[in-house]
Amino acid sequence: MEYDIHPDCMPDYLDPGELRALQLARLQATVQRCFDNVDLFRQRMNERGLTPGDIRTLDDVSKLPFTQKTDLRDTYPYGLFAVPMKEVVRLHASSGTTGKPIVVGYTKDDLDVWSSVVLRSFIAAGLHAGDVLQNAYGYGLFTGGLGAHGGAERLGAAVIPISGGNTDRQIMVMKDFGVTAICCTPSYFIHLIEKVNASGISFKDLDLKIGVFGAEPWTDAMRDYIQRESGIRAFDIYGLSEIIGPGVGIECSEQSGIHIFEDHFLVEIVDPRTDEVLPAGEEGELVITTLTKQAFPMIRYRTHDITSIVPERCACGRTLCRINRIRSRSDDMMVIRGINVFPSQIESALLSVEEKLPHYQILLTRKSGLDQIEVQVEVTEEMFGDRIRELETMQKNLAYAIEHTIGLRVPVRLVEPHTIARSEGKAKRIIDKRSEGEEIR
Amino acid sequence: MKIRQLSVFLENRPGHLSHVCRVLAEAGINIVTMTLADTREFGILRLIIREWQRAKEVLETAGFAVNLTDVMAIEVADEPGGLEKILKVAEDGGLSIEYMYAFACKPTKNALIVIRFDDLDHASAVLAAAGIGIVSAAEFYTDISGDNDDPQQMD
Repeated sequence: MEYDIHPDCMPDYLDPGELRALQLARLQATVQRCFDNVDLFRQRMNERGLTPGDIRTLDDVSKLPFTQKTDLRDTYPYGLFAVPMKEVVRLHASSGTTGKPIVVGYTKDDLDVWSSVVLRSFIAAGLHAGDVLQNAYGYGLFTGGLGAHGGAERLGAAVIPISGGNTDRQIMVMKDFGVTAICCTPSYFIHLIEKVNASGISFKDLDLKIGVFGAEPWTDAMRDYIQRESGIRAFDIYGLSEIIGPGVGIECSEQSGIHIFEDHFLVEIVDPRTDEVLPAGEEGELVITTLTKQAFPMIRYRTHDITSIVPERCACGRTLCRINRIRSRSDDMMVIRGINVFPSQIESALLSVEEKLPHYQILLTRKSGLDQIEVQVEVTEEMFGDRIRELETMQKNLAYAIEHTIGLRVPVRLVEPHTIARSEGKAKRIIDKRSEGEEIR
Repeated sequence: MKIRQLSVFLENRPGHLSHVCRVLAEAGINIVTMTLADTREFGILRLIIREWQRAKEVLETAGFAVNLTDVMAIEVADEPGGLEKILKVAEDGGLSIEYMYAFACKPTKNALIVIRFDDLDHASAVLAAAGIGIVSAAEFYTDISGDNDDPQQMD
Protein backbone atom coordinates (compact mmCIF):
# COMPACT_ATOMS: atom_id res chain seq x y z
CA MET A 1 0.00 0.00 0.00
CA GLU A 2 3.06 2.19 0.00
CA TYR A 3 2.08 3.91 -3.22
CA ASP A 4 -0.75 5.87 -1.64
CA ILE A 5 1.16 7.10 1.38
CA HIS A 6 1.76 10.84 1.38
CA PRO A 7 5.54 11.43 1.50
CA ASP A 8 5.20 13.42 4.74
CA CYS A 9 3.57 10.38 6.34
CA MET A 10 6.39 7.92 5.66
CA PRO A 11 7.69 8.20 9.26
CA ASP A 12 4.30 6.90 10.45
CA TYR A 13 5.37 3.49 9.16
CA LEU A 14 9.05 3.41 10.10
CA ASP A 15 10.56 0.16 11.22
CA PRO A 16 10.67 0.31 15.03
CA GLY A 17 14.44 -0.17 15.13
CA GLU A 18 14.98 2.62 12.63
CA LEU A 19 12.58 4.85 14.54
CA ARG A 20 14.47 4.32 17.79
CA ALA A 21 17.80 5.06 16.12
CA LEU A 22 16.36 8.26 14.68
CA GLN A 23 14.91 9.24 18.04
CA LEU A 24 18.22 8.68 19.81
CA ALA A 25 20.19 10.74 17.32
CA ARG A 26 17.65 13.55 17.56
CA LEU A 27 17.50 13.36 21.36
CA GLN A 28 21.28 13.64 21.60
CA ALA A 29 21.29 16.65 19.29
CA THR A 30 18.47 18.31 21.24
CA VAL A 31 20.21 17.77 24.57
CA GLN A 32 23.42 19.20 23.15
CA ARG A 33 21.63 22.27 21.79
CA CYS A 34 19.81 22.90 25.06
CA PHE A 35 23.03 22.42 27.01
CA ASP A 36 24.78 24.96 24.79
CA ASN A 37 22.00 27.54 24.60
CA VAL A 38 19.58 27.29 27.54
CA ASP A 39 21.04 28.49 30.85
CA LEU A 40 18.48 26.81 33.09
CA PHE A 41 18.98 23.43 31.42
CA ARG A 42 22.78 23.62 31.54
CA GLN A 43 22.64 24.63 35.21
CA ARG A 44 20.42 21.64 36.03
CA MET A 45 22.64 19.27 34.08
CA ASN A 46 25.66 20.60 35.95
CA GLU A 47 23.88 20.13 39.29
CA ARG A 48 23.40 16.47 38.39
CA GLY A 49 26.93 16.10 37.07
CA LEU A 50 25.56 15.26 33.64
CA THR A 51 26.89 16.14 30.23
CA PRO A 52 25.17 15.64 26.87
CA GLY A 53 27.57 12.75 26.29
CA ASP A 54 25.85 10.79 29.06
CA ILE A 55 22.83 10.23 26.83
CA ARG A 56 23.85 7.02 25.11
CA THR A 57 20.55 5.20 24.82
CA LEU A 58 16.93 6.27 24.64
CA ASP A 59 16.41 5.02 28.20
CA ASP A 60 18.99 7.55 29.36
CA VAL A 61 16.32 10.22 28.88
CA SER A 62 15.16 9.34 32.39
CA LYS A 63 18.42 10.82 33.75
CA LEU A 64 17.51 14.24 32.41
CA PRO A 65 15.84 16.90 34.56
CA PHE A 66 12.13 17.56 34.11
CA THR A 67 10.81 20.85 32.78
CA GLN A 68 7.82 22.17 34.71
CA LYS A 69 5.31 24.77 33.66
CA THR A 70 6.65 26.96 36.47
CA ASP A 71 10.02 26.97 34.67
CA LEU A 72 8.29 28.59 31.71
CA ARG A 73 6.80 31.19 34.02
CA ASP A 74 10.08 31.86 35.81
CA THR A 75 11.97 32.38 32.56
CA TYR A 76 9.23 34.52 30.96
CA PRO A 77 9.27 35.49 28.19
CA TYR A 78 12.25 34.11 26.28
CA GLY A 79 14.44 32.41 28.89
CA LEU A 80 14.08 28.89 27.47
CA PHE A 81 14.58 29.84 23.83
CA ALA A 82 17.52 28.01 22.27
CA VAL A 83 18.05 30.26 19.25
CA PRO A 84 18.68 33.99 18.83
CA MET A 85 15.54 36.05 18.20
CA LYS A 86 16.55 36.74 14.62
CA GLU A 87 15.85 33.09 13.83
CA VAL A 88 12.40 33.17 15.44
CA VAL A 89 9.63 33.77 12.92
CA ARG A 90 6.53 33.16 15.05
CA LEU A 91 5.47 33.61 18.66
CA HIS A 92 2.39 32.16 20.32
CA ALA A 93 1.27 32.33 23.92
CA SER A 94 -0.75 30.18 26.24
CA SER A 95 -2.02 30.55 29.78
CA GLY A 96 0.54 30.50 32.53
CA THR A 97 -0.33 29.51 36.06
CA THR A 98 -0.61 33.11 37.25
CA GLY A 99 -1.10 36.46 35.59
CA LYS A 100 1.48 36.22 32.81
CA PRO A 101 1.12 33.87 29.85
CA ILE A 102 3.85 31.56 28.66
CA VAL A 103 5.47 32.38 25.36
CA VAL A 104 6.53 29.84 22.76
CA GLY A 105 8.56 30.49 19.61
CA TYR A 106 9.14 28.86 16.24
CA THR A 107 11.90 29.03 13.64
CA LYS A 108 11.10 28.50 9.96
CA ASP A 109 12.11 24.85 10.40
CA ASP A 110 9.83 24.54 13.43
CA LEU A 111 6.88 25.82 11.40
CA ASP A 112 7.78 23.29 8.73
CA VAL A 113 7.76 20.46 11.29
CA TRP A 114 4.53 21.77 12.76
CA SER A 115 2.68 21.88 9.44
CA SER A 116 3.98 18.39 8.63
CA VAL A 117 2.70 16.82 11.86
CA VAL A 118 -0.66 18.56 11.44
CA LEU A 119 -0.79 17.31 7.84
CA ARG A 120 -0.08 13.78 9.10
CA SER A 121 -2.82 14.28 11.67
CA PHE A 122 -5.35 15.29 9.05
CA ILE A 123 -4.42 12.35 6.86
CA ALA A 124 -4.76 9.96 9.80
CA ALA A 125 -8.25 11.41 10.31
CA GLY A 126 -9.08 10.71 6.66
CA LEU A 127 -8.70 14.15 5.06
CA HIS A 128 -7.30 14.58 1.55
CA ALA A 129 -6.22 17.36 -0.76
CA GLY A 130 -9.47 18.80 -2.05
CA ASP A 131 -11.30 18.68 1.25
CA VAL A 132 -12.93 21.94 2.31
CA LEU A 133 -11.90 22.52 5.91
CA GLN A 134 -13.73 24.90 8.21
CA ASN A 135 -11.12 25.89 10.76
CA ALA A 136 -13.13 27.06 13.74
CA TYR A 137 -10.22 27.05 16.15
CA GLY A 138 -9.43 30.53 17.36
CA TYR A 139 -6.81 32.38 15.30
CA GLY A 140 -4.40 34.43 17.31
CA LEU A 141 -2.00 33.77 20.15
CA PHE A 142 -3.70 30.41 20.67
CA THR A 143 -1.83 27.73 18.68
CA GLY A 144 -5.02 25.97 17.53
CA GLY A 145 -6.06 28.24 14.68
CA LEU A 146 -2.77 28.84 12.89
CA GLY A 147 -1.50 25.34 13.69
CA ALA A 148 -4.41 23.64 11.97
CA HIS A 149 -4.27 26.21 9.19
CA GLY A 150 -0.64 25.47 8.28
CA GLY A 151 -1.16 21.71 8.16
CA ALA A 152 -4.33 21.94 6.09
CA GLU A 153 -2.74 24.22 3.50
CA ARG A 154 0.23 21.91 3.27
CA LEU A 155 -2.16 19.03 2.68
CA GLY A 156 -3.85 20.93 -0.10
CA ALA A 157 -7.22 21.28 1.58
CA ALA A 158 -9.18 24.48 1.01
CA VAL A 159 -8.99 26.17 4.40
CA ILE A 160 -11.74 28.48 5.58
CA PRO A 161 -10.10 30.53 8.36
CA ILE A 162 -13.38 31.34 10.04
CA SER A 163 -11.91 31.18 13.57
CA GLY A 164 -14.15 30.65 16.61
CA GLY A 165 -17.53 32.07 17.49
CA ASN A 166 -20.48 33.51 15.53
CA THR A 167 -22.37 30.24 15.30
CA ASP A 168 -24.94 31.44 12.75
CA ARG A 169 -22.21 32.37 10.32
CA GLN A 170 -20.44 29.05 10.96
CA ILE A 171 -23.61 27.20 9.94
CA MET A 172 -24.14 29.34 6.87
CA VAL A 173 -20.55 28.75 5.74
CA MET A 174 -20.74 25.04 6.49
CA LYS A 175 -23.77 24.75 4.23
CA ASP A 176 -23.00 27.24 1.47
CA PHE A 177 -19.26 26.54 1.07
CA GLY A 178 -19.69 22.78 0.86
CA VAL A 179 -17.57 22.14 3.93
CA THR A 180 -16.38 18.51 4.17
CA ALA A 181 -14.30 18.70 7.36
CA ILE A 182 -14.22 20.87 10.44
CA CYS A 183 -11.86 21.42 13.30
CA CYS A 184 -12.77 23.06 16.62
CA THR A 185 -13.20 22.07 20.25
CA PRO A 186 -15.56 19.10 20.72
CA SER A 187 -17.81 21.13 22.99
CA TYR A 188 -18.16 23.84 20.37
CA PHE A 189 -19.14 21.22 17.81
CA ILE A 190 -21.82 19.92 20.16
CA HIS A 191 -23.07 23.48 20.35
CA LEU A 192 -23.07 23.61 16.52
CA ILE A 193 -25.09 20.39 16.38
CA GLU A 194 -27.76 21.94 18.57
CA LYS A 195 -27.87 25.10 16.47
CA VAL A 196 -27.94 23.21 13.17
CA ASN A 197 -30.85 21.10 14.42
CA ALA A 198 -32.66 24.19 15.67
CA SER A 199 -32.22 25.94 12.32
CA GLY A 200 -34.08 23.20 10.51
CA ILE A 201 -31.06 22.10 8.46
CA SER A 202 -30.34 18.36 8.38
CA PHE A 203 -26.80 17.06 8.55
CA LYS A 204 -27.88 14.74 5.71
CA ASP A 205 -28.02 17.79 3.45
CA LEU A 206 -24.49 18.88 4.37
CA ASP A 207 -21.24 17.57 2.91
CA LEU A 208 -19.54 17.41 6.30
CA LYS A 209 -17.85 14.04 6.87
CA ILE A 210 -14.96 14.51 9.30
CA GLY A 211 -14.38 16.43 12.50
CA VAL A 212 -10.97 16.92 14.10
CA PHE A 213 -11.55 17.95 17.68
CA GLY A 214 -9.10 18.90 20.37
CA ALA A 215 -7.78 21.54 22.77
CA GLU A 216 -9.82 20.04 25.60
CA PRO A 217 -10.36 16.55 27.00
CA TRP A 218 -13.53 14.84 25.80
CA THR A 219 -15.14 11.53 26.49
CA ASP A 220 -16.19 8.55 24.38
CA ALA A 221 -19.78 9.44 25.30
CA MET A 222 -19.29 12.84 23.65
CA ARG A 223 -17.88 11.16 20.56
CA ASP A 224 -20.83 8.75 20.37
CA TYR A 225 -23.20 11.69 20.61
CA ILE A 226 -21.37 13.71 17.95
CA GLN A 227 -21.14 10.82 15.50
CA ARG A 228 -24.74 9.77 16.01
CA GLU A 229 -26.24 13.24 15.80
CA SER A 230 -24.19 14.59 12.91
CA GLY A 231 -23.24 11.45 11.01
CA ILE A 232 -19.59 12.55 10.79
CA ARG A 233 -16.55 10.74 12.15
CA ALA A 234 -14.96 12.53 15.07
CA PHE A 235 -11.23 12.33 15.82
CA ASP A 236 -9.31 13.41 18.90
CA ILE A 237 -6.22 15.50 18.08
CA TYR A 238 -3.71 16.04 20.88
CA GLY A 239 -1.27 18.83 21.39
CA LEU A 240 -0.13 21.59 23.68
CA SER A 241 1.49 24.93 23.01
CA GLU A 242 4.51 24.13 25.16
CA ILE A 243 5.39 21.24 22.83
CA ILE A 244 4.25 22.60 19.45
CA GLY A 245 0.47 23.11 19.47
CA PRO A 246 -2.00 20.72 17.84
CA GLY A 247 -0.33 17.82 16.05
CA VAL A 248 1.61 16.06 18.80
CA GLY A 249 -0.68 13.14 18.06
CA ILE A 250 -4.06 12.09 16.72
CA GLU A 251 -6.39 9.14 16.46
CA CYS A 252 -6.43 7.15 13.23
CA SER A 253 -9.40 5.49 11.54
CA GLU A 254 -9.36 2.82 14.26
CA GLN A 255 -10.30 5.50 16.84
CA SER A 256 -8.44 3.48 19.39
CA GLY A 257 -5.82 5.66 21.04
CA ILE A 258 -3.83 8.68 19.95
CA HIS A 259 -0.80 8.03 17.73
CA ILE A 260 2.15 10.15 18.79
CA PHE A 261 4.43 11.47 16.06
CA GLU A 262 7.39 9.84 17.68
CA ASP A 263 9.94 11.01 15.15
CA HIS A 264 9.41 14.49 16.65
CA PHE A 265 8.15 13.79 20.18
CA LEU A 266 9.52 11.31 22.69
CA VAL A 267 6.93 10.27 25.25
CA GLU A 268 7.26 8.75 28.70
CA ILE A 269 4.70 7.99 31.36
CA VAL A 270 5.82 8.83 34.91
CA ASP A 271 4.30 8.35 38.30
CA PRO A 272 3.29 11.93 39.19
CA ARG A 273 4.17 11.35 42.87
CA THR A 274 7.48 9.48 42.65
CA ASP A 275 8.59 10.74 39.21
CA GLU A 276 9.52 7.14 38.33
CA VAL A 277 9.11 6.10 34.71
CA LEU A 278 6.24 3.61 34.34
CA PRO A 279 6.10 0.71 31.90
CA ALA A 280 3.76 0.69 28.89
CA GLY A 281 0.18 0.08 29.89
CA GLU A 282 0.43 1.73 33.29
CA GLU A 283 -1.37 4.96 33.87
CA GLY A 284 0.56 8.06 34.86
CA GLU A 285 1.54 11.54 33.75
CA LEU A 286 2.56 12.09 30.15
CA VAL A 287 6.06 13.57 29.82
CA ILE A 288 7.19 14.80 26.41
CA THR A 289 10.62 15.65 25.02
CA THR A 290 10.75 17.44 21.67
CA LEU A 291 13.24 15.87 19.27
CA THR A 292 13.44 18.43 16.49
CA LYS A 293 12.25 21.77 17.86
CA GLN A 294 14.81 24.53 17.36
CA ALA A 295 13.47 27.73 18.92
CA PHE A 296 11.72 26.28 21.95
CA PRO A 297 12.91 22.73 22.68
CA MET A 298 11.40 21.02 25.70
CA ILE A 299 13.21 18.37 27.70
CA ARG A 300 10.93 16.04 29.69
CA TYR A 301 8.04 18.48 29.87
CA ARG A 302 5.52 17.56 32.55
CA THR A 303 2.16 17.83 30.77
CA HIS A 304 0.08 16.91 33.84
CA ASP A 305 -2.13 14.95 31.46
CA ILE A 306 -2.94 11.52 32.85
CA THR A 307 -2.89 8.66 30.35
CA SER A 308 -1.10 5.41 29.51
CA ILE A 309 0.80 4.02 26.53
CA VAL A 310 -1.09 1.38 24.55
CA PRO A 311 1.35 -1.55 24.37
CA GLU A 312 -0.01 -3.17 21.19
CA ARG A 313 0.64 -2.23 17.58
CA CYS A 314 -2.32 -0.48 15.93
CA ALA A 315 -4.37 -2.26 13.27
CA CYS A 316 -4.03 0.77 10.99
CA GLY A 317 -0.46 -0.23 10.17
CA ARG A 318 1.27 2.78 11.72
CA THR A 319 4.24 1.79 13.83
CA LEU A 320 3.87 4.92 15.97
CA CYS A 321 2.99 4.27 19.59
CA ARG A 322 -0.40 5.27 20.93
CA ILE A 323 -1.52 6.82 24.17
CA ASN A 324 -5.00 6.48 25.53
CA ARG A 325 -7.23 9.53 25.39
CA ILE A 326 -6.53 11.98 28.20
CA ARG A 327 -8.67 11.03 31.18
CA SER A 328 -7.76 13.62 33.74
CA ARG A 329 -5.12 16.01 34.94
CA SER A 330 -2.64 15.70 37.77
CA ASP A 331 -3.03 19.37 38.58
CA ASP A 332 -5.99 21.70 38.92
CA MET A 333 -5.94 23.05 35.39
CA MET A 334 -9.39 23.53 33.85
CA VAL A 335 -9.99 23.59 30.12
CA ILE A 336 -12.79 26.00 29.32
CA ARG A 337 -13.84 26.27 25.68
CA GLY A 338 -10.36 25.12 24.72
CA ILE A 339 -8.62 27.67 26.93
CA ASN A 340 -6.46 26.47 29.80
CA VAL A 341 -7.31 28.10 33.09
CA PHE A 342 -5.69 27.61 36.47
CA PRO A 343 -7.40 28.58 39.72
CA SER A 344 -4.16 30.38 40.61
CA GLN A 345 -4.81 32.76 37.69
CA ILE A 346 -8.25 33.56 39.06
CA GLU A 347 -6.66 34.12 42.46
CA SER A 348 -4.06 36.52 41.19
CA ALA A 349 -6.78 38.41 39.32
CA LEU A 350 -8.91 38.70 42.46
CA LEU A 351 -5.87 39.87 44.42
CA SER A 352 -5.17 42.57 41.87
CA VAL A 353 -8.51 44.14 42.87
CA GLU A 354 -8.96 43.22 46.53
CA GLU A 355 -6.14 43.52 49.05
CA LYS A 356 -7.15 40.35 50.81
CA LEU A 357 -8.06 37.23 48.84
CA PRO A 358 -11.82 36.84 49.17
CA HIS A 359 -13.41 33.45 49.50
CA TYR A 360 -14.26 32.41 45.99
CA GLN A 361 -15.43 29.46 44.00
CA ILE A 362 -15.29 28.61 40.32
CA LEU A 363 -18.47 27.06 38.99
CA LEU A 364 -18.29 25.20 35.68
CA THR A 365 -21.42 24.12 33.86
CA ARG A 366 -22.34 23.28 30.29
CA LYS A 367 -25.23 24.85 28.42
CA SER A 368 -26.13 23.51 24.97
CA GLY A 369 -22.64 22.13 24.55
CA LEU A 370 -20.81 25.27 25.61
CA ASP A 371 -18.78 25.52 28.77
CA GLN A 372 -20.02 28.14 31.18
CA ILE A 373 -17.86 29.54 33.94
CA GLU A 374 -18.88 31.71 36.83
CA VAL A 375 -16.74 32.97 39.67
CA GLN A 376 -18.56 33.44 42.94
CA VAL A 377 -17.02 35.84 45.42
CA GLU A 378 -18.12 36.15 49.01
CA VAL A 379 -18.74 39.73 50.10
CA THR A 380 -17.35 40.65 53.51
CA GLU A 381 -17.81 43.79 55.60
CA GLU A 382 -14.47 45.11 54.40
CA MET A 383 -15.51 44.81 50.79
CA PHE A 384 -18.51 47.13 50.78
CA GLY A 385 -19.88 50.31 52.30
CA ASP A 386 -23.52 50.84 51.80
CA ARG A 387 -23.52 52.00 48.23
CA ILE A 388 -24.80 49.79 45.44
CA ARG A 389 -22.50 51.39 42.93
CA GLU A 390 -19.43 50.50 44.99
CA LEU A 391 -20.47 46.88 44.78
CA GLU A 392 -21.22 47.16 41.08
CA THR A 393 -17.84 48.75 40.48
CA MET A 394 -16.11 46.03 42.47
CA GLN A 395 -17.98 43.35 40.54
CA LYS A 396 -16.98 44.97 37.25
CA ASN A 397 -13.35 45.36 38.32
CA LEU A 398 -13.13 41.72 39.40
CA ALA A 399 -14.63 40.53 36.12
CA TYR A 400 -12.30 42.77 34.14
CA ALA A 401 -9.23 41.55 36.04
CA ILE A 402 -10.18 37.92 35.40
CA GLU A 403 -10.84 38.53 31.72
CA HIS A 404 -7.55 40.38 31.42
CA THR A 405 -5.69 37.47 33.05
CA ILE A 406 -7.23 34.43 31.37
CA GLY A 407 -8.63 35.90 28.17
CA LEU A 408 -12.16 34.71 28.80
CA ARG A 409 -15.11 36.83 29.80
CA VAL A 410 -16.21 35.47 33.15
CA PRO A 411 -19.29 36.61 35.05
CA VAL A 412 -18.59 37.34 38.69
CA ARG A 413 -21.40 36.73 41.17
CA LEU A 414 -21.25 38.39 44.55
CA VAL A 415 -22.57 36.07 47.23
CA GLU A 416 -23.24 36.35 50.94
CA PRO A 417 -20.54 35.28 53.41
CA HIS A 418 -20.30 31.57 54.23
CA THR A 419 -22.32 30.49 51.23
CA ILE A 420 -19.32 28.76 49.66
CA ALA A 421 -18.96 25.35 51.23
CA ARG A 422 -15.78 24.73 53.15
CA SER A 423 -14.49 21.30 53.91
CA GLU A 424 -11.93 20.93 56.69
CA GLY A 425 -11.60 24.69 56.71
CA LYS A 426 -10.46 24.70 53.12
CA ALA A 427 -12.78 25.93 50.41
CA LYS A 428 -13.32 23.71 47.42
CA ARG A 429 -12.31 26.06 44.65
CA ILE A 430 -13.72 24.31 41.62
CA ILE A 431 -17.20 22.88 41.20
CA ASP A 432 -17.29 21.18 37.82
CA LYS A 433 -20.82 20.21 36.83
CA ARG A 434 -20.10 20.04 33.13
CA SER A 435 -20.48 16.29 32.76
CA GLU A 436 -23.82 16.40 34.57
CA GLY A 437 -25.14 18.80 31.99
CA GLU A 438 -23.72 16.94 29.01
CA GLU A 439 -26.25 16.54 26.25
CA ILE A 440 -25.68 12.84 25.77
CA ARG A 441 -28.94 11.31 24.69
CA MET B 1 -28.50 64.02 65.07
CA LYS B 2 -26.66 61.14 63.53
CA ILE B 3 -28.68 57.99 63.29
CA ARG B 4 -26.85 54.75 62.94
CA GLN B 5 -27.93 52.60 60.05
CA LEU B 6 -27.06 48.95 59.38
CA SER B 7 -26.32 47.94 55.80
CA VAL B 8 -26.65 44.26 55.02
CA PHE B 9 -25.40 42.67 51.81
CA LEU B 10 -28.04 40.37 50.30
CA GLU B 11 -28.16 38.20 47.26
CA ASN B 12 -31.22 38.97 45.22
CA ARG B 13 -32.83 35.55 45.64
CA PRO B 14 -36.07 34.35 47.13
CA GLY B 15 -35.91 33.92 50.89
CA HIS B 16 -32.87 36.04 51.59
CA LEU B 17 -34.74 39.11 52.81
CA SER B 18 -37.07 37.07 54.98
CA HIS B 19 -34.02 35.35 56.46
CA VAL B 20 -32.78 38.69 57.79
CA CYS B 21 -36.18 39.51 59.22
CA ARG B 22 -36.46 36.07 60.83
CA VAL B 23 -33.06 36.40 62.49
CA LEU B 24 -34.06 39.76 63.96
CA ALA B 25 -37.51 38.55 64.98
CA GLU B 26 -36.06 35.54 66.77
CA ALA B 27 -33.75 37.85 68.71
CA GLY B 28 -36.73 40.02 69.65
CA ILE B 29 -35.35 42.98 67.73
CA ASN B 30 -37.75 45.46 66.19
CA ILE B 31 -37.00 47.22 62.92
CA VAL B 32 -37.79 50.93 63.08
CA THR B 33 -37.59 51.41 59.37
CA MET B 34 -35.81 49.96 56.40
CA THR B 35 -35.24 50.24 52.70
CA LEU B 36 -33.83 47.94 50.09
CA ALA B 37 -31.59 49.00 47.23
CA ASP B 38 -31.20 46.27 44.68
CA THR B 39 -29.77 45.24 41.34
CA ARG B 40 -30.66 42.15 39.35
CA GLU B 41 -28.20 40.02 41.33
CA PHE B 42 -27.77 41.58 44.74
CA GLY B 43 -28.93 44.30 47.03
CA ILE B 44 -28.20 46.25 50.19
CA LEU B 45 -30.77 46.21 52.93
CA ARG B 46 -30.60 49.36 55.03
CA LEU B 47 -32.05 49.08 58.49
CA ILE B 48 -32.69 51.56 61.27
CA ILE B 49 -32.78 49.62 64.48
CA ARG B 50 -32.72 50.94 67.98
CA GLU B 51 -30.57 48.11 69.34
CA TRP B 52 -28.22 48.33 66.43
CA GLN B 53 -25.23 46.76 68.21
CA ARG B 54 -27.14 43.66 69.13
CA ALA B 55 -28.76 43.53 65.69
CA LYS B 56 -25.33 43.70 64.06
CA GLU B 57 -24.12 40.89 66.28
CA VAL B 58 -27.01 38.51 65.62
CA LEU B 59 -26.91 39.21 61.89
CA GLU B 60 -23.18 38.57 61.73
CA THR B 61 -23.59 35.40 63.75
CA ALA B 62 -26.20 34.35 61.18
CA GLY B 63 -23.56 34.83 58.50
CA PHE B 64 -24.43 38.21 57.00
CA ALA B 65 -21.96 40.94 56.07
CA VAL B 66 -23.07 44.04 57.96
CA ASN B 67 -21.73 47.59 57.79
CA LEU B 68 -22.53 50.74 59.73
CA THR B 69 -23.37 54.07 58.16
CA ASP B 70 -24.43 57.34 59.72
CA VAL B 71 -27.54 58.92 58.30
CA MET B 72 -29.69 61.85 59.26
CA ALA B 73 -33.38 61.98 60.11
CA ILE B 74 -35.19 65.10 59.14
CA GLU B 75 -38.67 66.29 59.91
CA VAL B 76 -40.61 67.25 56.87
CA ALA B 77 -43.88 69.11 56.89
CA ASP B 78 -46.48 66.68 55.57
CA GLU B 79 -47.84 69.07 52.96
CA PRO B 80 -47.18 70.01 49.34
CA GLY B 81 -43.68 71.45 48.97
CA GLY B 82 -42.50 70.11 52.31
CA LEU B 83 -39.72 67.99 50.91
CA GLU B 84 -38.93 70.42 48.12
CA LYS B 85 -38.11 73.08 50.69
CA ILE B 86 -35.47 70.88 52.31
CA LEU B 87 -34.01 69.74 49.02
CA LYS B 88 -33.70 73.38 47.96
CA VAL B 89 -31.68 74.12 51.10
CA ALA B 90 -29.50 71.09 50.42
CA GLU B 91 -28.98 72.11 46.82
CA ASP B 92 -28.16 75.72 47.68
CA GLY B 93 -25.75 74.53 50.34
CA GLY B 94 -23.99 72.25 47.85
CA LEU B 95 -24.96 69.10 49.70
CA SER B 96 -24.90 65.82 47.88
CA ILE B 97 -27.52 63.25 48.77
CA GLU B 98 -26.54 59.62 48.35
CA TYR B 99 -30.04 58.31 48.92
CA MET B 100 -33.09 58.95 51.06
CA TYR B 101 -36.14 57.14 52.21
CA ALA B 102 -39.24 58.21 54.07
CA PHE B 103 -41.59 56.54 56.39
CA ALA B 104 -45.13 57.28 57.29
CA CYS B 105 -45.33 56.08 60.88
CA LYS B 106 -45.66 59.38 62.66
CA PRO B 107 -47.32 60.56 65.81
CA THR B 108 -46.90 64.20 64.77
CA LYS B 109 -48.18 66.12 61.82
CA ASN B 110 -44.75 65.94 60.21
CA ALA B 111 -43.27 63.14 58.14
CA LEU B 112 -39.80 61.77 58.72
CA ILE B 113 -37.20 61.12 56.08
CA VAL B 114 -33.85 59.45 56.42
CA ILE B 115 -31.12 60.94 54.28
CA ARG B 116 -27.61 59.73 53.63
CA PHE B 117 -25.51 62.79 52.82
CA ASP B 118 -22.09 62.65 51.28
CA ASP B 119 -20.74 64.86 54.06
CA LEU B 120 -22.86 64.49 57.14
CA ASP B 121 -21.27 67.23 59.30
CA HIS B 122 -21.44 69.80 56.55
CA ALA B 123 -25.05 68.80 55.93
CA SER B 124 -26.12 69.23 59.52
CA ALA B 125 -24.52 72.69 59.65
CA VAL B 126 -26.27 73.78 56.46
CA LEU B 127 -29.63 72.38 57.48
CA ALA B 128 -29.45 73.76 61.01
CA ALA B 129 -28.58 77.21 59.67
CA ALA B 130 -31.68 77.05 57.50
CA GLY B 131 -33.76 76.14 60.50
CA ILE B 132 -34.65 72.69 59.26
CA GLY B 133 -35.71 70.25 61.92
CA ILE B 134 -33.07 67.59 62.34
CA VAL B 135 -34.29 64.83 64.58
CA SER B 136 -31.95 63.70 67.32
CA ALA B 137 -31.48 60.03 67.95
CA ALA B 138 -33.46 60.32 71.17
CA GLU B 139 -36.28 62.17 69.52
CA PHE B 140 -36.22 59.85 66.59
CA TYR B 141 -36.96 56.78 68.62
CA THR B 142 -39.45 58.60 70.80
CA ASP B 143 -41.28 59.75 67.72
CA ILE B 144 -41.39 56.27 66.36
CA SER B 145 -42.13 54.14 69.32
CA GLY B 146 -43.36 56.55 71.94
CA ASP B 147 -40.66 55.08 74.15
CA ASN B 148 -37.84 57.43 75.04
CA ASP B 149 -35.59 55.50 77.34
CA ASP B 150 -32.24 54.23 76.16
CA PRO B 151 -31.92 56.01 72.85
CA GLN B 152 -29.38 54.83 70.33
CA GLN B 153 -25.93 54.84 71.77
CA MET B 154 -23.67 56.95 69.65
CA ASP B 155 -19.95 56.66 69.72
